[in-house]
Amino acid sequence: MSMKLLTKLATAIADGSVKIVDLTHTLDPDFPVIILPPEFNQCARFRMEELSAYDHRGPAWKWHNLTLSEHTGTHFDAPSHWISGRDLPDNSVDAIAPEQFIGPVVVIDCTLGAAMDEDFELTAPFISDWESNYGKIPNGCWVLMRTDWSKKSGRNYLNMREDGPHSPGPTPEAIRFLIEERDIRGFGTETVGTDAGQGGHYNPPYPAHYFLHGAGKYGLQCLANLDQLPPTGAILLAAPLKIKDGTGSPLRVMAMIPGGNT
Amino acid sequence: MTNPLLPPPRKDPQKRTVSPTRPPEARSRAALGLSAAAAEGRFALQQCTECGKIQYPPRDACSNCLSTELRWKDTDCLGSILAETRLRTSIKPYFRERTPWRTGTVKLDSGPVIICHLHGDCERNGRVQIINRLDRSGQAVLFALPQKRSLYMEDDPQLRAMTSDPKHRRILITDARNPNTPYIAKSLAAAGASLIFIGESENWRPYPGQEAVAQLDKVEVLPLDVTDTQSVQKLAGAIGGKTDILINNAHFVRPGGVFVRGDTAMAKEEIEVNYFGLMRLAQAFGPAMCTRTADGENAAVAWVNILSVHSLSNNPQYGCYSASNAAARSLSQSLRAEFRTAGLRVMNIYCGPTEDDWYQPLPPPKVSPETVAKNLVEGLRNGLEETYCGDVAKDLFERFRESPHILEREMTLAGEGP
Amino acid sequence: MQRRRSYEGIVLTAPFSMPYQRYSIKTAHWWIARALKGSLSLAGLQPADVDGFTVSSFTLFPDTAVGLTQHLGLSPRWLDHIPMGGASGVVALRRAARAVQCGDSDIVACVAGDTNHIDSFRLMLSSFSRFASDASYPYGYGGPNTNFALLTDRYMQEFGATREDFGRICVAQRKNALLNPGAVMKKPLSLSDYMKAKTISDPIALFDCVMPCAGSDAFLVMRQEEAERRKIPFARIAGTIERHNAHAEDPIQLRGGWTVDVDELWDMADCSPDAIDVVQTYDDYPVIVAMQIEDLGFCGKGEAPHFLSGKDMTIKGDFPHNTSGGQLSAGQAGAAGGFIGLVEAIRQVSQQAGGTQVGGAKIALVSGFGMINYDRGVCSGAAILKAANP
Repeated sequence: MSMKLLTKLATAIADGSVKIVDLTHTLDPDFPVIILPPEFNQCARFRMEELSAYDHRGPAWKWHNLTLSEHTGTHFDAPSHWISGRDLPDNSVDAIAPEQFIGPVVVIDCTLGAAMDEDFELTAPFISDWESNYGKIPNGCWVLMRTDWSKKSGRNYLNMREDGPHSPGPTPEAIRFLIEERDIRGFGTETVGTDAGQGGHYNPPYPAHYFLHGAGKYGLQCLANLDQLPPTGAILLAAPLKIKDGTGSPLRVMAMIPGGNT
Repeated sequence: MTNPLLPPPRKDPQKRTVSPTRPPEARSRAALGLSAAAAEGRFALQQCTECGKIQYPPRDACSNCLSTELRWKDTDCLGSILAETRLRTSIKPYFRERTPWRTGTVKLDSGPVIICHLHGDCERNGRVQIINRLDRSGQAVLFALPQKRSLYMEDDPQLRAMTSDPKHRRILITDARNPNTPYIAKSLAAAGASLIFIGESENWRPYPGQEAVAQLDKVEVLPLDVTDTQSVQKLAGAIGGKTDILINNAHFVRPGGVFVRGDTAMAKEEIEVNYFGLMRLAQAFGPAMCTRTADGENAAVAWVNILSVHSLSNNPQYGCYSASNAAARSLSQSLRAEFRTAGLRVMNIYCGPTEDDWYQPLPPPKVSPETVAKNLVEGLRNGLEETYCGDVAKDLFERFRESPHILEREMTLAGEGP
Repeated sequence: MQRRRSYEGIVLTAPFSMPYQRYSIKTAHWWIARALKGSLSLAGLQPADVDGFTVSSFTLFPDTAVGLTQHLGLSPRWLDHIPMGGASGVVALRRAARAVQCGDSDIVACVAGDTNHIDSFRLMLSSFSRFASDASYPYGYGGPNTNFALLTDRYMQEFGATREDFGRICVAQRKNALLNPGAVMKKPLSLSDYMKAKTISDPIALFDCVMPCAGSDAFLVMRQEEAERRKIPFARIAGTIERHNAHAEDPIQLRGGWTVDVDELWDMADCSPDAIDVVQTYDDYPVIVAMQIEDLGFCGKGEAPHFLSGKDMTIKGDFPHNTSGGQLSAGQAGAAGGFIGLVEAIRQVSQQAGGTQVGGAKIALVSGFGMINYDRGVCSGAAILKAANP
């Protein structure tokens, strides 16, 4: 039975009836990372040092050494990333069961709000509204907040000002709703973090990080191409690198969606 | 009187770039004392500590009393020309390409007779002031200037051959984020720089004065992140062939020594910017600059590093940062050796604590960005290799020169313990 | 000060000059061997007859006189290496004469020679002296051209000398050189050629400068009875002086070390300048010729231009000077430049000068000057040679 299912899936991917969408930004030295107050250690920027390029340093091969943080580029947050999740079992990327890396995903479209308000808040009522259109968010599902923020570049992406960055994100109530009422698998955004740019001013600060990881849920950030996903019905593949005690990991995030001829 | 140097025409792309040649480099160990003084722009001669006789050429024993106790001492620099000549030919290609070359014999008021280069404005048998400069071999030469300054005297071709004058040169300042950048750019523009490139890292992350820098006279802001090899290579690909002076003011500073930090993350940033940044810049820009050190009036001429004076002796309050600067200083010595055959000069500006945020808790005196800019332009005009910027740096260097070991103890005093 | 002893009984013989060449692919060893062999054959001697040996050369590195003994198969009981450039000839004769006089040696061969490869002058300059490397070459690397340009400039300002004054010296020597088949310069030189020549380093122009070349010269020093027994023509040493680093307090060189000892020179030789039949000065640049004429007593300081303007300096003239053409026209063969005047003086007073012979020359003055260590020549020397029967 399952053999048949997988064969069908392979055929569907091959014939385009299941499409693969890449939700990942290219790892690029110029891609912004989160900025903390300067007295704190900072997230490493992505860097690539050429070791050889078919030259005197290695005549037949080209390769690079990479420098990056667990939280550079499109990346996965494990529960151990936040203090609220530090004592949970299996809270690091290497310990998470692999089934968790593949699962259903819903996409909440916040583009209109984010276009009008850079500090747009995803609220619990907004989620309820969404559910009234698309149905209840199933348990164990990834929830992605679509803002089209990934289409911004350069300084508009972090949107850093003297009082800090400004970008949309969930309110504490919205996150608690998703966790407590819907028992989601994780929450993902197009911005540099799962929290709003000004998320430090909520109570608790950075509620998405605090509540998600405290509840053993995962985060995905710096996602792209969410506009290509349907509100419901897609499958998300998000497998972090197996880093011992890793609190997160850059990764290739992909979604399977129904193709044109379904 | 020296005529003002006109802006050089655009280069004829069909013309071969002139290969760098050098004046003679060979010197005795004693004569290197003169070069060490020239690196700092000082005119110093050996003086016998027993009989007081001032000596020249440099030697190992007093020509009056045979004492071997000769000390380098800053000396009165006035004298009179006794004889002069203009070389029309030389067996050394460096001079052959630059003839006629004016040299002369000068009797110093302090006693010795010197053979020296003569500035074009020196009068026949006139009174002169002697300066001690590095020539393109990186060794000291004595240079006679007329006592009365003339308006464009820096443009004298023989003098310009010794200095790193910014006039008509194209200059890269590597870090737009450094608060000293606008001051340096303004001073260079005032000194006649023809084009000032300013490297800007992480354009996505704003910083104070970002717009103001871009609007400065003669300035062009270009992407450059010294921690990113590809970024450095990309910029070198674009402007490496027309960078005549490179000023590396990129720096990363955080307080703290080894224990306070507790990890190596900040130290890595410091090393990435302050040490590897310099290395990346040198690897990307150095080779092209080295091929252009004889490329006409705006030939590549100097490489400037702005370093902490604590690169000489660690300040434990900024222990890890000091260490990264010590690494950079050491690397600058390697660069100096590697650039030497091309005649490209490395100038290190050593600063004490500046007005930057990261030195906020420190007491005055601090170095203002205006002072850094002024020192830098003066250093280039005097062709220096080493200059100490601000009172703290000068004080610390004097103590370093006297005894690095005593200085280290002074810097690392722990205070009264239990 | 103790008066120096006479050189009575010691003679100079067998002056030999290899014809000079502008460039040579041979080594200094080769040139020295040829001059030594030439000198020995003039005297009818074998190498084994030589028991004293002096060598002067700039291009022998890494060898010295020591290496040459083995290289040339000599076993002297007295050996000297004399690195004194233009003063080498006079100094060699002084050292050798005392050695023979005191019985340290019977026959001393004094040889100077240098080769001149395409780049060897530049290489030689680069390691000439510490003071030159430190304090004169960095200023244009003109070598002696720069030094003598400066000295000439000061001399002209001080004494009102003109380029024509120096030109007459060079023109007369060229006439003499045309009679010396070994000279490098073969074309006549007029005063107008001299004046029109390209400037090398103001006020010095092309014909003020010696031409570096390859060459070698040698002579033998022995007791007079030895020369007479072997029937070898000889010259007697009437008087000789040397002085180093004289007048260090002079800010610029307008006089040489000769002035310190010149009275003793004439006393020893028991004659005065007007007795001299032929003068051989050291002449890498004409200004130093003028200084020697003054410092050796032919005229007062600064008067050489005027003194020489009344003289004919050619072989047939009333003041025969540098009769083989001197270095200015025969060429400067390195340290052999310190020998060229001396071997010519020996030939003159022993009547062996051939085409350049000054008729009836009995007394010759030869002078040496060498080693621009920094801003001036440090070594100076002079000798008065007399014929066997004056």
